[in-house]
Amino acid sequence: MADGTTIAPGVAGSARPAGDVMLAVENLQAWYGESHVLHGISFNVAAGEVVTLLGRNGAGKTSTLKSIMGIIGKRTGSIRFDGHDISRASSDKIARLGIAFCPEERGIFASLDVRENLMLPPEVRSGGLSLDQIFTLFPNLKERLRSQGTKLSGGEQQMLAIARILRTGARFLMLDEPTEGLAPVIIQQIGHTIARLKSEGFTILLVEQNFRFAATLADRFYVVEHGKIIDGFASSELQANMDKLHTYLGV
Amino acid sequence: MSINLQALSAQLLVGLINGSFYALLSLGLAVIFGMLNIINFAHGAVYMMGAFCAYFLLNVFGIGYWPALILAPVLVGIFGMLTERTMLKWLAGLDHLYGLLLTFGLALIIQGVFQNYFGSSGLPYAIPSELQGGINLGFMFLPIYRGWVIVCSLVVCIATWYLIERTRLGAYLRAATENPTLVRAFGINVPRMITLTYGLGVGLAALAGVLSAPINQVRPLMGADLIIVVFAVVVIGGMGSIMGSIITGFALGIIEGLTKYFYPEASNTVVFVLMVLVLLVKPTGLTGRAV
Ligand SMILES: Nc1ncnc2c1ncn2[C@@H]1O[C@H](COP(=O)(O)OP(=O)(O)OP(=O)(O)O)[C@@H](O)[C@H]1O
Ligand SMILES: [Mg+2]
Repeated sequence: MADGTTIAPGVAGSARPAGDVMLAVENLQAWYGESHVLHGISFNVAAGEVVTLLGRNGAGKTSTLKSIMGIIGKRTGSIRFDGHDISRASSDKIARLGIAFCPEERGIFASLDVRENLMLPPEVRSGGLSLDQIFTLFPNLKERLRSQGTKLSGGEQQMLAIARILRTGARFLMLDEPTEGLAPVIIQQIGHTIARLKSEGFTILLVEQNFRFAATLADRFYVVEHGKIIDGFASSELQANMDKLHTYLGV
Repeated sequence: MSINLQALSAQLLVGLINGSFYALLSLGLAVIFGMLNIINFAHGAVYMMGAFCAYFLLNVFGIGYWPALILAPVLVGIFGMLTERTMLKWLAGLDHLYGLLLTFGLALIIQGVFQNYFGSSGLPYAIPSELQGGINLGFMFLPIYRGWVIVCSLVVCIATWYLIERTRLGAYLRAATENPTLVRAFGINVPRMITLTYGLGVGLAALAGVLSAPINQVRPLMGADLIIVVFAVVVIGGMGSIMGSIITGFALGIIEGLTKYFYPEASNTVVFVLMVLVLLVKPTGLTGRAV
């Protein structure tokens, strides 16, 4: 970490978002029981952007998404989404405001078949993808509708986890390491899907360890370390920041 | 050994009746355990409340058996939901032991209050006129009311199974049993589902109470006696599966009935002997997950 200070959103010149801010997180602190894991996270995401959180294992990326979703033990600070203060809202309310979450462990239900898994999240807005549109994006799922959810391959489970939140009409997606542990062709398919969603105007907050993958999709990056945002830059600045990034991520 | 068909089928019938109650009660216990992670020791007490509720509806309000069959489970279910909202919900995330102690305490209080007002003797509840009498099946005489109890609980058990395993609402329930946090993060009001689930489980027990009122008389301790066997049934069947608890309930009723015919001395203990055997071989129960 550079000097331990929190870098406010937009500190690194062009890391400022372009359009209307959709999500603004300020001085977010979070705890699991007694254990204090986020120490002042500040960043924002503008409508239509893909923003990626990078950082080493245990840096606090997942905890940041969980805090936004309202599923962490305790959180303080300010989280504003689409004009609402959600820092104290319950997770079902937050979901109904239009944030959809695809967790790192994918969260496919073993006691539900693929169709039930797909249909589980209720619609929060009109204008979600239809089943036909979903099967165009992920043809594999159509073949496996009657299978038990957890009988799918890792890649298919990841597609199912993404597909089910596209049905809901939420326009803000949080994807936690969607490529983790998957084969290159599947990673490519997921990359195409995310690019397609972006072109259709979805706003995406992506957590990735695989920054080569993220580099092709993201408009901006933030680096998380020890529960803080320690740096941020636009994808146009990626080359100039490569050395720093290698140091941050230890790759 | 020569078999007395008449006596055997009479015991089988008793077994099926008991099995109906075991199935309805253990089904409710399984549903509650899945969602709330609570072993509901108040289950016998709410079964008793169902029977008393039918008794009051008839003797205080002149409301008969058929409306009571719906009304009593709804009223007792509402009582259950209130206890969930005011007490059980604070135990979320704690060890099983706390829920067990709280519901056990609740059962003692409820039964104590009823005993205080009604003593320990039974109050009569008449069989509704439409279901009086019986049919001669040739090899046995089938009292119509008993046949009705078996059919009614079978239908209710299968409807509950269908609701949980085959409908969208049931998918919410199964998913929330696996991962309530994620289901809630999809925008589903899981706390409200938990309350309704407790109401459903309690309502099933109350329904069993109403069904049993004309057979077993209405007594403050009618549930306390029954629930001990039902817990053995649950241990044998395991808490994990809805169909498992229905089948185990009926099967153990039948086994008890057969034992009464072939070896009456063991009829009160056979369920517990089976429980010990199952625990030795498969501690999670025949269909279950660990409690
Ligand atoms: N359920 C939990 N209870 C207690 N501590 C936790 C829990 N989950 C995570 N932590 C701790 O919180 C810190 C941040 O974890 P987090 O999962 O947010 O990291 P991450 O950046 O997502 O890492 P990864 O890349 O490995 O997914 C870590 O020190 C981790 O050990
Ligand atoms: Mg993580």
